[in-house]
Amino acid sequence: MADNVKPRVRVPRDATAGEEITIKTLISHPMESGQRKDGDGNVIPRSIINRFTCTFNGETVIDVTLEPAISTNPYFEFQAIVPETGTFEFTWYDDDGAVYTDSKEITVG
Amino acid sequence: MKLTRRHTLMMAFGSAVAAIMPFKAFAAVEDEIQAFTGGAEMGSEGITLIAPEIAENGNTVPIEVNAPGAEAIIVFAAGNPTPAVATFNFGPLAADQFASTRIRLAGTQDVVAIARMSDGSFVQARQEVKVTIGGCGG
Amino acid sequence: MKTVFKGGVTAVALFAAYAVQADQEANLVINEDIEITVRADAPEHLENLSTIYSGWVFRSSETQALQMDDFENPGMIFVDDAIEAWNTVEGSEGESCASCHGAPEELAGVRAVYPKWNDEAEEVRTIAMQVNDCRTSQMGAEEWKYDGGDMINMEALIASVSRGMTVNVATDGPAQSMWEKGRDIYYTRFGQLDLSCANCHEDNYDNNIRADHLSQGQINGFPTYRLKNAKLNGVHSRFRGCIRDTRAETYGVGTEEFIALELYVASRGNGLSVEGPSVRN
Repeated sequence: MADNVKPRVRVPRDATAGEEITIKTLISHPMESGQRKDGDGNVIPRSIINRFTCTFNGETVIDVTLEPAISTNPYFEFQAIVPETGTFEFTWYDDDGAVYTDSKEITVG
Repeated sequence: MKLTRRHTLMMAFGSAVAAIMPFKAFAAVEDEIQAFTGGAEMGSEGITLIAPEIAENGNTVPIEVNAPGAEAIIVFAAGNPTPAVATFNFGPLAADQFASTRIRLAGTQDVVAIARMSDGSFVQARQEVKVTIGGCGG
Repeated sequence: MKTVFKGGVTAVALFAAYAVQADQEANLVINEDIEITVRADAPEHLENLSTIYSGWVFRSSETQALQMDDFENPGMIFVDDAIEAWNTVEGSEGESCASCHGAPEELAGVRAVYPKWNDEAEEVRTIAMQVNDCRTSQMGAEEWKYDGGDMINMEALIASVSRGMTVNVATDGPAQSMWEKGRDIYYTRFGQLDLSCANCHEDNYDNNIRADHLSQGQINGFPTYRLKNAKLNGVHSRFRGCIRDTRAETYGVGTEEFIALELYVASRGNGLSVEGPSVRN
């Protein structure tokens, strides 16, 4: 597991039914591309977040495949519909098998 | 312009690279595009790709893609050693088929975004991003 | 923006006129809340400049945008790490930063006046020196490496709570001799390229050095997250990079020379706002 991986997400606390909201996510991760060499000329093995998903009450908002060309500390911004009160689940999948998650509740008033 | 030894060397190097690189890079990205579209014809309406004309550093280049009604948008950096950048698959709760992220570009090149629409058709947008090298440190 | 040419630069071919891509008239407001002064009248001691500019002004609009919202500023990831360190008890005395200082916000204003003369120690101290003094004499903990990750992260946290406050380091009194030493270094040509700090950052700011838009080399935004290395960078490491690129042997981080230079360069930004952690290329 890469060191110090910490997900951050920004979701509004409340919305009206059916409202379109903007979600931003950022996770600290080196996204080692597999293209770089160390001081001795050996290739540093690839180690990236390769998939990111966001669901709301179990239904998919976005499902992203990441390649090594995504920058260090991957950032995503996208838009979701909020049909009802519920929970956004965010999941990042690491090459090394680690899975990082975060969740945010949103209230429809 | 007065030709110095350095200029001549750079020009020679430049043309050598021009002779080899674009073909290789082009072939790689065309293969991957083929894999995504199955060789379908692509329109250019209904998709937008926003990227800076000049990126200050190729490590972190902000891009935005938007294709109303798309099922998925795939992004390529045509001149990267591996051209694939990301695939955004939109679920039923995506409000727009829009996404923004930050990408790595190995040098000046085209960024390509291709959307697969819900009727099975494909549209693409392309934009060249010039990547500047740094100051004295490079 | 006006460029003042003063003094002959031998390597004049390095610099070229700049095709404007940055929005140099833009103003910086962070989180739609913290107003940052990015251009100000030069402090009186600066004879060769009339206006001082934050390095933010010289960056492209995409890079500028990264600093306008803490969520989008990758430097804030490291501030989060420092908040954890702030609350962590370390060393033989059972203390954390928080047990003496309370919330990090209690240190608001500190970044604006450092480096600063310390009466007890009878020396000019940078924030890094002060942090290490706290760690060894108050906490009974090990010193942090001067420009290592833990230290830079903590400096970023300490800077972040002063954002928007006006840089105002003292150049007189007991600090004066260090300040003068720093000024001398600033105007001394170094390396095979025979360049002083002033040759680039005073004589040629707003020009291009190769593809890079030269700033005034202000340090009000440090620590700074650089797109180039995707991490926070400290002032002394940045000095080293600059001097190395003149093809000189550089001073080390934490040396008296760099402390003096930091004090002097900080004073060149008296009137700008504290911005760290900033985002640069």
